[in-house]
Amino acid sequence: MNIIVPIKQVPDLVEELEVDSSGKSLDREWLKFKVNEFDDHALEEALLLKEDTGGTVTAIALDGDDIDKALFAAAAKGADRVVKITGVDGAPTNHQAAKAFANALSSLDYDLVFTGVQSVEDRDGQLGVLLAHYLNLPHISVVTGVSVSGSGVNVQKEYGGGVIAEFEAATPIVLGIQAARETPRYVPVAKVRRAMRSTEMEEMTAGDISVGAGAEIQRMFKPESSGSAEMLSGSAEEIASTLADIIKNKM
Amino acid sequence: MSNKIFVIAEHLNGQVEDITYEMIGKAKEIGGEVITVLLGSGAQNLAADFGSDKVLYVDDAQLANFNPEAYCKTIVQLCHAHAPNIVLVGNTSQGMDIAAGVSVACDMPLVAYASDVTADTITSQLYGGKMSVSSHVADGRFIAAILAGAFDTEAGKGSGASIETADAPDLTGLKIQFKQLVAPEGGDVDITTQDVLVSVGRGIQNEDNLEIVQALADKLGGALSSSRPIVDSKWLPKTRQVGKSGLKVKPKVYIAVGISGAPEHIEGMKDAECIIAINTDPNAPIFDYAHYGVTEDLFDVVPALTDKL
Repeated sequence: MNIIVPIKQVPDLVEELEVDSSGKSLDREWLKFKVNEFDDHALEEALLLKEDTGGTVTAIALDGDDIDKALFAAAAKGADRVVKITGVDGAPTNHQAAKAFANALSSLDYDLVFTGVQSVEDRDGQLGVLLAHYLNLPHISVVTGVSVSGSGVNVQKEYGGGVIAEFEAATPIVLGIQAARETPRYVPVAKVRRAMRSTEMEEMTAGDISVGAGAEIQRMFKPESSGSAEMLSGSAEEIASTLADIIKNKM
Repeated sequence: MSNKIFVIAEHLNGQVEDITYEMIGKAKEIGGEVITVLLGSGAQNLAADFGSDKVLYVDDAQLANFNPEAYCKTIVQLCHAHAPNIVLVGNTSQGMDIAAGVSVACDMPLVAYASDVTADTITSQLYGGKMSVSSHVADGRFIAAILAGAFDTEAGKGSGASIETADAPDLTGLKIQFKQLVAPEGGDVDITTQDVLVSVGRGIQNEDNLEIVQALADKLGGALSSSRPIVDSKWLPKTRQVGKSGLKVKPKVYIAVGISGAPEHIEGMKDAECIIAINTDPNAPIFDYAHYGVTEDLFDVVPALTDKL
């Protein structure tokens, strides 16, 4: 199976988030970016499937903050090809990003597309489902298991409460990966550096990414704290004593 | 302009999911003709307590169980035929597979992670609940993917909705075939029946540190549960996961340790009787739901608390 994994950088939520002067988007100047955690799972599942059954894994991303590092890290982990899509400026909507990926994929050969099931920035919907519809391909999201079955794939989709729905699907298909069957592999920086020297970064242009009108952002704001929590202060010991009393009273 | 609002009903294992009623109630508040769209096979009886004006029911063997391809195709056809200006769908495992398809096929703006909706404005919770965004649609034509638990279920219940049946599109030759539903494996512990849960999130940093929270849970005679990243990392089994793709819990005491409180997690624990949150980030959304909050380091507070009990 030849698998394509679109990768996206998202703001690291460990950092303090601030709204910029427009009042409509994040102040990106001081933001730290990292690969969307679900994309890490998508890549891991792709690499595991390749190790099981052969084929190739191609990591592909829109040009942007720190994206070269993310793509070379994918190569260091085992991706055969890394592709950067240029010509998309600023922060595209997921509809626009999906269109750019769809354009790029039209000239690539693949059986499966694994996207991270969601990201923290999906205001206009999840990338994978949009991509599937622009490619006119079927799609299953919240996937926690994929195996090759005959000429197609067996796919496990998760519902609430841990109930799993099992599907048989023909390829090509786009799958939104929730969790790889193993923890995404770690790759040391030295190996990423080696990949930078030995891997060829392919480039493609985004092409026409015009999409239908989206909903316009009016305002971005920090949710008002409902202030419901009584905040406990003091030393760890003092806090622990107070908490112990609260808990004993409730039980 | 009067609204025609589609609410896409969600059901699993012959049970209507609460999100359906939550959306119907919200749709009635927005105002206009509220039409619940129900897809299934021999499932018409599920519509008995829908509080909408109308139910549009499509019966087909291929729709008996959720199938992303069959459901999407059918709903797109209904949207073309009835031209609703608002479509409400769950921001859920099923809904995610529908929303974007309708958006692309019907060229309707989509807004996901919606925690509130009016006739032309949608509020979303982004960045793990750390930012809200309000989006405006001038012509009032849009799809919103609604966060589960955002609205009241009772407001969407009722009786006497007229049921209209519609034909399914041609569903032969589907590329996706539903096989079966698999119930979760029973775990060693049922977290939904515990009085006390010590729930651990990303802030615990590594698997070895789980000892600290396990010790607290043991001392309290409770169980250890977690947010999604801990389960995705395979540090705890799926049966311990609280939230959207995990379990809903309602213990007497819920101690959230190193959990920021993304909407997906909140959905699973907000009804606990007493919520105590320990997180060094004072802006963590979990503090909006907690009764007591602590921003001291969990590695100091948790062992100290275990000692005091």
